[in-house]
Amino acid sequence: MQTVFSIAVDALAYGMVLFVISIGLSVTMGLMRVVNLAHGAFAMIGGYIASYAARDLGLGYAVAVLLAVVGTVLIAIPVERFLYRRIYGAPELTQVLMTIGITFCIIGIANFAFGPTLKTIPLPEALRGSVDLGFRSIATHRLFAIVCGLVVAAALWVLIERTAFGIKLRAAVDNAAMAAALGVRTEIIYAVSFAVAIGLAAFGGVVGAELLPVEPYYALRYMVTFLVVVSVGGAGSIPGALMACLLLGAIDTTGRYLAPEYGEFFFYLAVIVIVILFPRGLAGRFK
Amino acid sequence: MKKLVTATIAAVIFSSAAYADTIKVGVVGPFSGPFALQGKNFKAGIDAFFALNGNTVGDDTIEVIYRDVPQADPAQSKALAQELVVKEGVQYLAGFYFTPDAMAATPILEQGNVPMVVMNAATSAIVTKSPYVVRTSFTTWQTSTPIAKVAKDAGVTKVISLVSDYGPGVDAENAFKAAFEKVGGQVVEAIRMPLSTNDFSPIMQRVKDSGAEGVFAFLPSGPTTLGFVKAFNENGLKDGGIKLFAPGDLTQESDLPALGDAALGVQTTFHYAVSHDSPENKSFVEAAQKAIGNPAELSFPSVGAFDGMYVISKMIEATGGEQDAAKAVEAVKGLSWTSPRGPVTIDPESRHITQNIYLREVAKADDGTYYNKEIQTFENQGDPGLAAAK
Repeated sequence: MQTVFSIAVDALAYGMVLFVISIGLSVTMGLMRVVNLAHGAFAMIGGYIASYAARDLGLGYAVAVLLAVVGTVLIAIPVERFLYRRIYGAPELTQVLMTIGITFCIIGIANFAFGPTLKTIPLPEALRGSVDLGFRSIATHRLFAIVCGLVVAAALWVLIERTAFGIKLRAAVDNAAMAAALGVRTEIIYAVSFAVAIGLAAFGGVVGAELLPVEPYYALRYMVTFLVVVSVGGAGSIPGALMACLLLGAIDTTGRYLAPEYGEFFFYLAVIVIVILFPRGLAGRFK
Repeated sequence: MKKLVTATIAAVIFSSAAYADTIKVGVVGPFSGPFALQGKNFKAGIDAFFALNGNTVGDDTIEVIYRDVPQADPAQSKALAQELVVKEGVQYLAGFYFTPDAMAATPILEQGNVPMVVMNAATSAIVTKSPYVVRTSFTTWQTSTPIAKVAKDAGVTKVISLVSDYGPGVDAENAFKAAFEKVGGQVVEAIRMPLSTNDFSPIMQRVKDSGAEGVFAFLPSGPTTLGFVKAFNENGLKDGGIKLFAPGDLTQESDLPALGDAALGVQTTFHYAVSHDSPENKSFVEAAQKAIGNPAELSFPSVGAFDGMYVISKMIEATGGEQDAAKAVEAVKGLSWTSPRGPVTIDPESRHITQNIYLREVAKADDGTYYNKEIQTFENQGDPGLAAAK
């Protein structure tokens, strides 16, 4: 019984880390309909900025997180203006080629600027060490990641479903021409949602850095995992992404405990089954 | 087609005698991509050799030609090795970070009359694939065997083995198991983890449930070692008195700044630590750090490359710059010298390097950096893997 609880806690923590990193991709793919393969690259930029701020400049963790999010968004603004704006509404293949190209450029630049070694983000005293849950101990930063995941999920849901901005965004996505005719500034709406998605990527990159360490190949190494989460959850759905992360986290963690020699077999088996049963993902909302 | 290749190779061989004053060495390694750091170390080791010894042997000049195989890719490695031999007319092949890459290139050697000096690839069997293979790195068997004795001496009798699920990982598991059972220990469980594992918590739970007193771990150096060591500490294994034993891949110097306090006190066995205290190593490290640019990036492949170049220079000396693979390999069999890592010998029978294996502990230097501190020496270790394979 203790083992079951123990695995459940691990699964929850792993799932939430996946969620924080992948949710931004779900927003770009589902709401903006851009297959953004460079998502991991932006998460990585966030990680690098936080690492530089916290380790080399000696700033606090909270400041580093803030700098990472703001800095990544600032870097992303010209990229959106000059590159992404051309591919909104373009065929998927064009988007894939463009964004994978951006990914390789970012990998090259990161490798050149920061070198190929691992970069860590020093945690503040409060997040170091472990917390005793009674039946086991768990790293404090994992609890922090769980909380971050829940807060992000709630905030995004409110933003998209309950605010005027969310209504405009959904309108612009469904029919850009009509929304524009009704006076919605679609360009600004797109730019803001892109910034939000990138900011979430950077945030996820920092919060998840203990599990997925920051190095130049980060952008490619975890790309498949992020895409799987989005396709299983249903692009653009926040509850869907949350469900997908918890489910996949649970399957992956249990598989790794019971039969590590099978590798990712159970993970991808689950993905295949879910995609066959729900071709649009667990909570896909668009055709 | 085969005839044509043979004819081309023959033509190259005969014509190369005319250019005997420049001897080309083809180095195949990962110079871009996720393993670029290791390729950079190859290059630093070679550059350090030239900086300390010059690039001439007698009146011959050595010229190194690099070819990039970013990830383990036997087909590409073979194609590049063939191109080096046929088109570039190299007299020596060297480098090879991954075992499959080295294995794939061995059939070319006899046909092309070219010796191969393996500077890293660590599977025991490579040297058996061709009589022209010489290795100056280490094998996973060689570095994993002594840690079994260390574990036993620390009073641990029940160990759980955790290795990455690929060739070298399986080698490490077998090596440790053989050595540990020999000294009376017991491997209670052997788990092979997928290479792509990010979250090691469930595996640490398995360790707890197994009731083992110690963990033997092998992971390839790089990003995953960080997650592994952290999971080991955070799941309360370290505080629970469970000891961690591993070959030195887990704490390679270039990963140490990231591992930091988490790795403090971890004991590993390996053939080379950048901190090794000897005059030879001091001048090597100085030259290699200059060559690599960032001193923190220097780690073990550089010493394999440095000694590889030493062996090649001896081969050139013995053959007087003529292309004669058999004579070149014969000349270095039994060759002994003092490497930056300590006294080494090329075993005449296996053509693999016999060397000291050191027990090291991750320690913090006065300037706040982390290093592998050597605390015990296992002298003149051969490769137990070959004996086990027979």
